[in-house]
Amino acid sequence: MNRRKFIIRATVGVGVTVGLGWLAKAPMRRALAKFADEVQGEYSGSEKAEVWFELTPQGELVLYSPKVEMGQGVLQAIAQLAAEELEIDWQKIIVKHASSAHGPLDSMSTGGSLSVSGLYNPLRTLAATFREMMRENAATLMNVSPDLVTFQNNSFVSGDQTITLAKLATQSKTWKKPKKEPKLKTRAQFKVIGKDLLRFDLLPKIKGEPMFGIDAAFPDMLYGSVVLPPVKDATFKSASAGSAASLPGVVKVVIEKNFAGVVATSRFAAEEAKKQIDVQWQMPEKLIQQTDLEALVKVGNGNPVSIQKEGNASGELKEGEIISAEFFSPFGVHAHIEPNGAVADYRTDGVTIRMSTQVVRITRDEVADALGLDKEKVNIEPMYLGGGFGRRLHTPHAIAAALLSKAVGKPVHMFWNRVEEFQNGFLRPATHNTLKAKLNKEGKIESIEHNTSSGDVAFTSPLFPKALYSLAGADFGAWRGAMVQYNIPNISTVSWRVQLPIETSWWRGLGLLANTFALESFIDDLASRANKDALAFRLQHLDDSERSMRMKNVLQAACTKAGWGKSLPDGHALGLACSVDVNTPVAHVAEVRIIENEIRVVRITCAIDPGLIVNPDGVRAQCEGAIVMSLSATLFEEVTIKDGKVTPNRLGYYAIAQLKDTPEIDVVLLSTGDSPRGVGEPPMGPTAAAIGNAVKKLTGTRLNRLPLKVLGQ
Amino acid sequence: MQLTFEINNQSHTVEVPEDMPLLWVIRDVLRLKGTKFGCGQAMCGACTVQVDGDAIRSCSYAAKFAQGKKVTTIEALANEEKLHPVQQAWLDERVPQCGYCQPGFIMATKSLLEKIPNPSEDEINDNITNICRCGTYHRMRKAIHRAVELQQKSKL
Repeated sequence: MNRRKFIIRATVGVGVTVGLGWLAKAPMRRALAKFADEVQGEYSGSEKAEVWFELTPQGELVLYSPKVEMGQGVLQAIAQLAAEELEIDWQKIIVKHASSAHGPLDSMSTGGSLSVSGLYNPLRTLAATFREMMRENAATLMNVSPDLVTFQNNSFVSGDQTITLAKLATQSKTWKKPKKEPKLKTRAQFKVIGKDLLRFDLLPKIKGEPMFGIDAAFPDMLYGSVVLPPVKDATFKSASAGSAASLPGVVKVVIEKNFAGVVATSRFAAEEAKKQIDVQWQMPEKLIQQTDLEALVKVGNGNPVSIQKEGNASGELKEGEIISAEFFSPFGVHAHIEPNGAVADYRTDGVTIRMSTQVVRITRDEVADALGLDKEKVNIEPMYLGGGFGRRLHTPHAIAAALLSKAVGKPVHMFWNRVEEFQNGFLRPATHNTLKAKLNKEGKIESIEHNTSSGDVAFTSPLFPKALYSLAGADFGAWRGAMVQYNIPNISTVSWRVQLPIETSWWRGLGLLANTFALESFIDDLASRANKDALAFRLQHLDDSERSMRMKNVLQAACTKAGWGKSLPDGHALGLACSVDVNTPVAHVAEVRIIENEIRVVRITCAIDPGLIVNPDGVRAQCEGAIVMSLSATLFEEVTIKDGKVTPNRLGYYAIAQLKDTPEIDVVLLSTGDSPRGVGEPPMGPTAAAIGNAVKKLTGTRLNRLPLKVLGQ
Repeated sequence: MQLTFEINNQSHTVEVPEDMPLLWVIRDVLRLKGTKFGCGQAMCGACTVQVDGDAIRSCSYAAKFAQGKKVTTIEALANEEKLHPVQQAWLDERVPQCGYCQPGFIMATKSLLEKIPNPSEDEINDNITNICRCGTYHRMRKAIHRAVELQQKSKL
């Protein structure tokens, strides 16, 4: 990296800050392609100097993270990345979420499985630069050449002289760009990256320390609640306080331009009073029904965009023995356990908001816009998230909390209840996939066509400006995982966009689970048709390119570990499936049995190649979690819309995998290449297809609808 | 009402509406934030605490029922030197991801092991019915077995 890309700022007496001005903006296409399968993430932070590191007078080294912790272990991973180049004991590095006022401010979001891959080079470069700055200052203080200064036990040492970090912070007069451009370590030199270190955030979580959005507090804080629309598409007309204002604990009934709410001395009082506010809603002409939506989500409806084309699949598939299939997946909810909400403190000089958000910048901008404030007057302080899963890419509740605080002149804590979460969430869109293929005489796939239909994922999100829709062509969220990864002469993949009358959006893995369910179920059916073993058939359709080799390796590793081809207990079967997402190939083998028409998953063996691994146990944990979440979607989860209402609207009735449903999970880690790729979402991909493929072996029937149910269930 | 009860071995008297869920007494009146709000419908278990030793879901337990009782929350489990065996097992197995639901699971497990010191798989499945959306169950099961071992060792 070029030295002039660094902008270095110094503060007097307090410590030191380093900023990174990012390289020239990547061409727009490349920026978009970040989300697509082929290109790994690249960090594209702000171009102005921002504070990443701070050396405090107490000798603490603070690293401000532009990424938020939502369970994925990103703060631990970046502590290890920084420690590697800083050469400081990683436990001495205090990682904090960067507030929007402090920075660094992420230009996009925490999501898309891009955090570690995106920060890998910039953060190590910053850390190495900062190390050299510290070394040069220590040399100055000791009056020796920097070459003679080494770092030992968290102090700079030369001969019998020692400069502690605290001394360095307090006695350094100026901070300058290092004279010596630092060289980054190679993979072989790593001492911290690649280590199974215990995440620093686990102990406080086990002790129940207050660290989440809902735990945030300000002095003199009150509790708010707002009335949300009773059905989809209802809009706020007007409201009157009704008897709410006179109820115990009520401080104020707040009626704004587009919502009504109440502030009280306790959450209980606010929730009780809210029921008495009289709101007039503009109801939709026709209430939305599930059948309307199902009629819309159909291949052939809306706008088709070709996302993959090799040879002439449509021509080839006009005649001959055509094999075809179709697949469906339902609407789903995120069901993050910490509800959405925010704690806002509105003052005349601006507003501070503590909350769980995956989009610190967008949350700030939306609040500034809604309240007519300069962006600099809005400070978002991200807390630890009680789950993200894509749901916290939408944060309009921050605006309501800020307006309630403004209305009463005191800090307000405002969180939704669970019914409101169900009704006002951004659903995982339902999908419909159709597939057609033809085999050649040798039983290899000659041509394949894959059509996907889905509601919006990336489109209509505040993360993705409308101006870019035509450039992106199709909704990359909806077609994630839809491209055929096998070497087949004729391939056509088409994404059909339908705009639904309800809001749908990001859900962990986006379209990956539904599209892989369709594609990899179909591949198994083609293997049966060709009388081939499911593993051998897949391997036959992968060539010797680097990309295909990595896929072959995960397929073989998962099958070897799972005992593919060996005998199993009676009534058990193995199913195989694979996918690639953010350039990370994953294969799962599911061992399944059926007890009284109920699908029971006994074991899932996963092999993944996420490139260079920063914390192996972190990768294993992400795989286990993604497998459970996707298994839950495969076997249980579904919402429908009835009279404009999301049903069911309680946990329990919306079934989610529990401890009793969780299989044994084996994770095999492969690690090809010198840079990390994404991990959080890729293992979502193959689960449904692997389970469905095993079920087909047991019953002879292809299940083509999620959640999977065997007859009689 | 005037609610007098013991929480984490300390007696408290607070003035609260009698139907206010115990969860909000714990979180917002006594400011102990380790007990979480998840669903408000006793479905997810994030708010699990012990009342006289029984695991209850405090989001759906009216304050008045706690009158004169002993409530234990996650904050009481560890002391200066040492984690509770269930917490230690959770740390050893590196269970949490986002961590939000974990205090509820730890409290449910503590209560289970006090009643059934060495539970079978079925007893674990039937009693630990909280929801973890990150999907950390695989490690939880290991942690529950490890907690059994740790408790047996500490009794020897």
